[in-house]
Amino acid sequence: MYHRIMVPIDLAHVGALEPALRVAADIARLYQAVICYVSVTANTPGSVARTPAEYDRKLTAFATQQGVEHGQPTESRVLISHDPVADLDDLLVKAVADIGADLVVMQTHLPRKLDALLPAHGGKVATRTPVSVLLVRS
Amino acid sequence: MAPESKNNEFAEDYAPGERLPPPQGEATLIDTDYVIGQDNLTASPLGINLDIHGKVFAISAVITVLFLFVTLVFQTQVEPLFNATRDWLTGNLAWFFILAGNVFVLLCLGLIFSPLGRIRIGGSEADPDFSYTGWFAMLFAAGMGIGLMFYGVAEPITHFDAALAGATAENGVRTDWSPLGGAPGDPQAAARLGMAATIFHWGLHPWAIYAVVALALALFSFNKGLPLTVRSIFYPVLGERVWGWPGHLIDMLAVFATLFGLATSLGLGAAQASAGLAHLFGIPEGNVTMVLLIIGITLIATISIMLGVDKGVKRLSQVNMVLAGLLMLFVIVVGPTLLILTGFFQNLWAYALHVPALSNPFFREDANFSQGWTAFYWAWWISWSPFVGMFIARISRGRTVREFLVAVLLVPSLVSVLWMTAFGQTAINQFVAEGFEGVRIAALELKLFVMLGQLPLAELTSLIGIVLVVVFFITSSDSGSLVIDTITAGGKVDAPKPQRVFWALIEGAIAIALLLGGGLVALQAMTVSTGLPFTLVLLVGCYAILKGLLSEPRG
Repeated sequence: MYHRIMVPIDLAHVGALEPALRVAADIARLYQAVICYVSVTANTPGSVARTPAEYDRKLTAFATQQGVEHGQPTESRVLISHDPVADLDDLLVKAVADIGADLVVMQTHLPRKLDALLPAHGGKVATRTPVSVLLVRS
Repeated sequence: MAPESKNNEFAEDYAPGERLPPPQGEATLIDTDYVIGQDNLTASPLGINLDIHGKVFAISAVITVLFLFVTLVFQTQVEPLFNATRDWLTGNLAWFFILAGNVFVLLCLGLIFSPLGRIRIGGSEADPDFSYTGWFAMLFAAGMGIGLMFYGVAEPITHFDAALAGATAENGVRTDWSPLGGAPGDPQAAARLGMAATIFHWGLHPWAIYAVVALALALFSFNKGLPLTVRSIFYPVLGERVWGWPGHLIDMLAVFATLFGLATSLGLGAAQASAGLAHLFGIPEGNVTMVLLIIGITLIATISIMLGVDKGVKRLSQVNMVLAGLLMLFVIVVGPTLLILTGFFQNLWAYALHVPALSNPFFREDANFSQGWTAFYWAWWISWSPFVGMFIARISRGRTVREFLVAVLLVPSLVSVLWMTAFGQTAINQFVAEGFEGVRIAALELKLFVMLGQLPLAELTSLIGIVLVVVFFITSSDSGSLVIDTITAGGKVDAPKPQRVFWALIEGAIAIALLLGGGLVALQAMTVSTGLPFTLVLLVGCYAILKGLLSEPRG
């Protein structure tokens, strides 16, 4: 049913993404799908990496390690932005088409009042992409 | 607080002697154990995520509140104190500001022509983030858009006036404000001298000040891998100590200067826009109008911040660039076209002739001009430089040093010359050729509108003028909030959005508080005083640029 699953992740908060990572791995095993880990990072030095190239290398290592753990083939893609906080949704929507994903599995927080002003990324991506989006609650 | 952001357990360690991957192409990263964000606090009060540098954020916030409190409550006591501080600095240290300004210009010009100019910001293979038009529009909007609106007419005519009146002295001390020796009774020479002095204040020197900060920050962030915050400039001098208190202090000072520089400008800008609205539509000038203007500007800036650099500040800057361009074209076409076009070259020539004397730091006879105008300007540009410089740095990745300096130094200077010539020459001509006294006697903030009033379609062009003033303030508030947020987040550009909004709202609130409680001018004087410590920061920046560039690979 699914061939390529896109999983947006932030290497600075991998611990909080555990549920989504597990669900993505289970679905990938069920459908023998490829998982593509996608991450948006700034071009300035950040907490995870001091250069975009270093971030790319760490994401590749992360994807490889995940592949070893769940046994499905993995890929990774780093999207570089000069304003990641503002451009995140746009970049993820574009990435869905670019990598040809047919399912997005994304970690998201519980609904809260502030969502009216600052909507969750998962919800925004879901409204703007034609593919299925599975939002995994913390 | 956030151990997961501190180390990355999933990534393999680098083998001994192995280099970190460079950003893009060749670059020499600085080897440091500091992890960006390691001193940050992360929390989610009321569901709002925060990621801030605890010390810098907290102490900056406390000092801000304290200063605001003192200024509002003890206004009559502190105002003379702040003014005296400014006067003492610009009076006694004018030579230092003027000398430092010359150092910055010479360094930048030297780098353009040196082989170091080939080095690319962000690594030898880095691609530019923005197109020329987007990049240039943002450089200009952040750098001096608002000042050009305010002083485009006001400054040339003021210098012209003073120069025409000539030098006066009392007990051997000059009491007039004319640049150099003035040009008594000679309108032609007075106009040239007035334009040269204006161009001196809006040309190479201010842009060199911005360029030094911007280049140093861009180099140490994009090529050396240090956080995008002012303290990184000091790495070649202080080494690992920049991550401790010396660094905290530098960053706090940058936050302080940016916040109060923006807030006072926002308050003074609201006064200008409100004067323009009163002049144009008879809207009553007063606190209500000004407070509404500040609230409006702050709200639009907040929306723009939420949209991000690309969809917010870049678009607004481009819109403003087009509007400003059209307004200038209009003045050139319906004003004294030939005079402006020939004036452009004559003024450039006058600038070249007068600049050695104008930029001479020692034994000046025109103390009022060199201290009250030049040194004040230099201190003001320098106190704005952490904000403008950091914003310019952030949008300049992928440009070579030469390209960067041509775009940040030469092109804006030429545009300033054209702008000042179009607006200033037209106003001077209205007086010299037509005998129109209006601009000369009008209040400073009304001079632009009085000048436009003598041209056709005055209501429309004045309205465009007001819109330009307001939008330039929105872009300043917007880019300023981004910068303060990045500094108080320890150099992270991806800190949660509510923090940016917080700073934009705080700026608006400070501006309103100062407007209603008084003390805008006093605090502006205080902000100018931060120009002194920042002049030292900039001089260190010059050293850091040279040291940093020399250690870059040159293919």
